[in-house]
Amino acid sequence: MNSIISVKDMCLWYGDHQALKNLNVEIPEKSITALIGPSGCGKSTFLKTLNRMNDLIPGVRITGDIRYKGADIFDKEVDVSNLRKEIGMVFQNPNPFPMSIYNNVAYGPRTHGITNKVQLDEIVERALRDAAIWDEVKDRLKKNALGISGGQQQRLCIARALAVQPTVLLMDEPTSALDPISTSRIEELILELKEKYTIVIVTHNMQQAVRVSDYTAFFLLGELVEFGRTEDIFSQPMDKRTEDYITGRFG
Amino acid sequence: MVITNKKSYIKQTTDYNTKLQKKLWYKGSKAQRLEHIVHGIFLLLGLITVGCVLLITIYLFISGIPAILKIGIVDFLFGKEWASTAAEPKYGILPFILTSIYGTAGAVAIGVPVGFMTSVYLSKYASPKVKSAMQSAVGLLAGIPSVVYGLVGMLVLVPGIRKIFNVPDGAGLLAAIIVLAIMILPSIIKMSVTALDAVPKEYEHASLALGATPTETYFRVSVPAAKSGIAAAVVLGVGRAIGEAMAVMMVAGNVPNMPDSLFQSVRFLTTAVSSEMAYSNGLQRQALFSIALVLFLFIMLINAALNFFLKGEGSKSN
Ligand SMILES: Nc1ncnc2c1ncn2[C@@H]1O[C@H](COP(=O)(O)OP(=O)(O)O)[C@@H](O)[C@H]1O
Ligand SMILES: [Mg+2]
Repeated sequence: MNSIISVKDMCLWYGDHQALKNLNVEIPEKSITALIGPSGCGKSTFLKTLNRMNDLIPGVRITGDIRYKGADIFDKEVDVSNLRKEIGMVFQNPNPFPMSIYNNVAYGPRTHGITNKVQLDEIVERALRDAAIWDEVKDRLKKNALGISGGQQQRLCIARALAVQPTVLLMDEPTSALDPISTSRIEELILELKEKYTIVIVTHNMQQAVRVSDYTAFFLLGELVEFGRTEDIFSQPMDKRTEDYITGRFG
Repeated sequence: MVITNKKSYIKQTTDYNTKLQKKLWYKGSKAQRLEHIVHGIFLLLGLITVGCVLLITIYLFISGIPAILKIGIVDFLFGKEWASTAAEPKYGILPFILTSIYGTAGAVAIGVPVGFMTSVYLSKYASPKVKSAMQSAVGLLAGIPSVVYGLVGMLVLVPGIRKIFNVPDGAGLLAAIIVLAIMILPSIIKMSVTALDAVPKEYEHASLALGATPTETYFRVSVPAAKSGIAAAVVLGVGRAIGEAMAVMMVAGNVPNMPDSLFQSVRFLTTAVSSEMAYSNGLQRQALFSIALVLFLFIMLINAALNFFLKGEGSKSN
């Protein structure tokens, strides 16, 4: 496997509270990595570190090393905007902008300098198709995005993220606010996206991790307890704590 | 409690329920009566406000309409000359209407960009310390009595304009516009900051995560999301500017000229009423009431616009 992001000895503090302890992990390229673990173990924190969304929280301190395609993401020279363009993110609660469906998807490309209408139309259509929502919204692209269902909003948010052509897509419990039907649609979508993107997905749902992911990382109390191929983690975990968690003994 | 017999248990509980009901509905009627009385008092107090508005409206219409009819609505609204004390009096209020419109428009043209940018800065860029310090300053600006604005304008602004533009008299439309622009800043800033602060962080995070810079995010996501609140802030500023009397009386020269130039001595709708009221009589006095009525209609229009924008805000969140 080729790793695209490599994390070495990473620690993170919120003020005095250490939320991540000495993480070491290599995220494999063009595959799906699931982050599992009980609430509050630091999954979201870890995910937000990868595209530096933690920069927005005052009092966060990070040590250690994270490299994206070999380059230090904390280097002074790094343009955070470019990093986030490369490493896109989908949030736990669908958060489309209060504007039209079209403008939601076109927002990213416009931000990155694309103004040509024909080109934008193409990008928007491709992103919406890739996010498996084109057929549902193609006749109402001018309608406000807040008017579609929660499941559709989340796929729209995925389309919005895809429209800037990222390399990596971070997803923080993207289906936790959705009904089962929307959830399975998004799971199918994630499996399709694996062809083109590297995906890191936080999930609360272990069945989901088994269904979609190639690799699984198990977090507990800010530590990365175990990382490996999903089938190995779920069939023969090396660590007692992983076994306890996946067999439902706690969490 | 041990339930020995299901039937008797049910009976017991039903008995208990009816007892409880009786207690609530009959014995409790004392509390209920008190509730009614309190409700009545509040309603009465609320009606005082409504009553005042109704009374003022009716009074203004009754006392404002006769002069308009006597002078003729066209001559009154579009007459270019106001000479109420001349041997052959003229009651045209176009100079006042235009002055009020130009003065307000000028104040908005200066005050809105400044206020808007200040709000974006305060809501999105400023550190909490700077924000709270500047917000206190804005609050203070709102609390300064308008006569003080007028005084400072008279002593600083008017001579300043005379020197800078080399005109015989600095008191005029420009001085009034500048004073009004400053006076409407606090309402614009306060309301816009509130609207911008209320924009959900999720929107901004989504934008940043797409690789937009903070500035792009604020202007392309936060400001559009707050637009009805900001529009309401502008309308509120317009209302303040058009209703202001004391400060503009002191800096505008207060002569009923047509506002042909920025340095013209002019009189606003508000000051037209207050300047002559003390010594007016007959038709002149009635005409002053008519001016007040015109001003009132302007304000009603602005209030309607304000309600429109605020309603827009409410329905959007649904
Ligand atoms: N903004 C924050 N400020 C302070 N502490 C935080 C913040 N966000 C998360 N934490 C703390 O960091 C730990 C990890 O949180 P999080 O990454 O959200 O966990 P998870 O996503 O696995 O549920 C928790 O103890 C949480 O209380
Ligand atoms: Mg989380």
